[in-house]
Amino acid sequence: MSTLFLIQFLNGLQLGVLLFLLAAGLTLVFGIMDFVNLAHGSLYMVGAFFCATLTFWTGSFVWAALLAIPLTALVGLVLEIGVIRHLYQRDHLDHVLATFGFILIADTLVHLIWGPEGIAIPLPGYLRGQVEVLPGIIFPTFRLVIIGSGLLVAFGLYWLIGRTRLGMLIRAGASNRTMVSALGIDIKTLFTAVFALGAVLAGLAGMLIAPITEATIGMGNDIIITAFVVIIVGGIGSMKGAFIGALLIGLIDTLGRSFLDDILKLFIPINAAETAGPAISSMLIYLIMAAVLAFRPQGLFPPKVR
Amino acid sequence: MFKKTGIAALGLALMASATYAADIKIGYVTTLTTPAAVLGNDMKDAVNLALEHLGGKMAGKTVEVIFEDDGFKPEIGKQKTDKLVQQDDVPIVAGYIWSNVLLASAKSVLDAGKFLISSNAGPSQIAGKLCNKNFFSTSWQNDQTPMAMGEVLNQQGVKSLYLLGPNYAAGKNMMTGVQRTFKGEIKGKDLTKWPSQLDFSAELAKAKASGAEAIFVFYPGKAGGAFIKQYQQAGLKGVMDLYTVFTVDAISLPKLQAGKLEGVLGSRLTQQWDPTLDNAANKKFVADFRTKYKRYPSFYAAQAYDTINLIASGVEAVGGDMTKTDDLRAAMEKADYASVRGKYTYGKNHFPVQNFYLREVVADADGNWTTKVVKTVYENHVDPYVGECPLAQ
Repeated sequence: MSTLFLIQFLNGLQLGVLLFLLAAGLTLVFGIMDFVNLAHGSLYMVGAFFCATLTFWTGSFVWAALLAIPLTALVGLVLEIGVIRHLYQRDHLDHVLATFGFILIADTLVHLIWGPEGIAIPLPGYLRGQVEVLPGIIFPTFRLVIIGSGLLVAFGLYWLIGRTRLGMLIRAGASNRTMVSALGIDIKTLFTAVFALGAVLAGLAGMLIAPITEATIGMGNDIIITAFVVIIVGGIGSMKGAFIGALLIGLIDTLGRSFLDDILKLFIPINAAETAGPAISSMLIYLIMAAVLAFRPQGLFPPKVR
Repeated sequence: MFKKTGIAALGLALMASATYAADIKIGYVTTLTTPAAVLGNDMKDAVNLALEHLGGKMAGKTVEVIFEDDGFKPEIGKQKTDKLVQQDDVPIVAGYIWSNVLLASAKSVLDAGKFLISSNAGPSQIAGKLCNKNFFSTSWQNDQTPMAMGEVLNQQGVKSLYLLGPNYAAGKNMMTGVQRTFKGEIKGKDLTKWPSQLDFSAELAKAKASGAEAIFVFYPGKAGGAFIKQYQQAGLKGVMDLYTVFTVDAISLPKLQAGKLEGVLGSRLTQQWDPTLDNAANKKFVADFRTKYKRYPSFYAAQAYDTINLIASGVEAVGGDMTKTDDLRAAMEKADYASVRGKYTYGKNHFPVQNFYLREVVADADGNWTTKVVKTVYENHVDPYVGECPLAQ
């Protein structure tokens, strides 16, 4: 039981860091630019498809991922300069409409370019196996790579936002946008950079998950809902909130999926537990979100606003 | 002068469209967007091939198939079905990959007194309590294929099993099906969120910890490919043997091959059809499909091809007069056409009484991954719900 718990903990952690990569970009864009970007999941999909194609061109997943990162950033830049930039002054409904439209365009473009069937990404041999993390605990190597790179990115973002001038501007922008631009900071360029950073993080998440699931159309549309849950639980605009929220949601979802029906079986008949288990575990994260909204609507770790 | 030419052109256009309008229209609902479009397109290609083989005619009358996209969602499937029934007024609506889409749409067709022919979905409800004289299936009832697999597991001496599938109508039927026949111990069962969940890490870890000898899986479409990959990445090959239904097919195999997932080679599945089945209709279908579309047909395609030929057998019998619904039904009940699965008959609930085969994933002479028949598991198998159908009583 305890070995299973440890493995499920690692699985939850892996889902958590993946959600963090998505939620980090989402919370930056939403919190700092006050822009609702439903199309964040499309950047996740685009990252996965770039990586898939490049894997077949270069013959190596690692090279493909390294090349796909700047390409995804480029898509983010073009999107921000071409479309998003003109929408900051509009209200949230316009953001939702425009970015929802972009989801449809992106899904159709991917259908036209890559076809509907999706692409499986082959991993190099050294990433395909399993590692014995602790005695008796065997875990897929690639999932460990996801956890490692997610934590690395989290540390990088912590340093970027807490220790650099760019991070200072980002934090200042989140607290008081008007004051930052009044002090002579080029807020436009700052926003473009933040948006591109968010795009890269989302694309990276897509590249990391694609060898496990597949690069498929609409892959971002399901996970983006969970990413929104993460930033609502963590507190919109807060990087710390996104990190802790993502790990929390990842762990709750995974542990719920694995242990809820066994726990329910202690209280209700087995048949009822088998029906209720999957239903409740798929609702669990939304119940958490509802609880947070009811008791702490600003989220668990809201950014400091003066 | 201009005006006259204009009117003449208009007249010509009207004439042209009048002659172009087909005598017999058939509605066909399948999935043509989302990643599941790859299944729908395979069916659409097979329907078009069947029409080509028929010379575009049934009983000397021209035939048009109107394709509609269900968007992988029950509510959209129902809307499109309503459109076919009310606006296009087609006498026959066919297609349907997904059990939940078929369940949502069936009433619209059947209440209008029209024919409904399922090319794939076989939910237990329509085989049992909700059966209807105007419903026909050219596939199977959901429970049958996993029942055949349960039988295979008994024969292989598998003592314990872990079950995994999606939480929707068909997923539940598949789990019930295998439990009907499997005599060993069920170590555990998981139903996952459908269709959004594609990461099965938690479930695979549970399955492994359960200590079951083998794992039984139902994941159609893209979820199937994702599952196979994670099964291999988790190092379960050789630890827990993999037995699947509707998870590995001609659509997922080329992708699994491109992804170098050798773990799937040798895995076993049950089905009522296989590209290697030795009958004239199947040989022609597989050869022409491969020539025309440069790939192996999937079981979805085989069933769609049969759907059009079943309809053709009925239409021929009534001489193209679609108002003779009783005669049309009586003709289709005979299943008197060259099915690619070989000869079969219809039960009272209009589900096929047919053979089920054990298939194995192998590489063909050119190195392409495909399947071959290992043996026959069931002969003339009747689905378990026919007794609940009022038509059978």
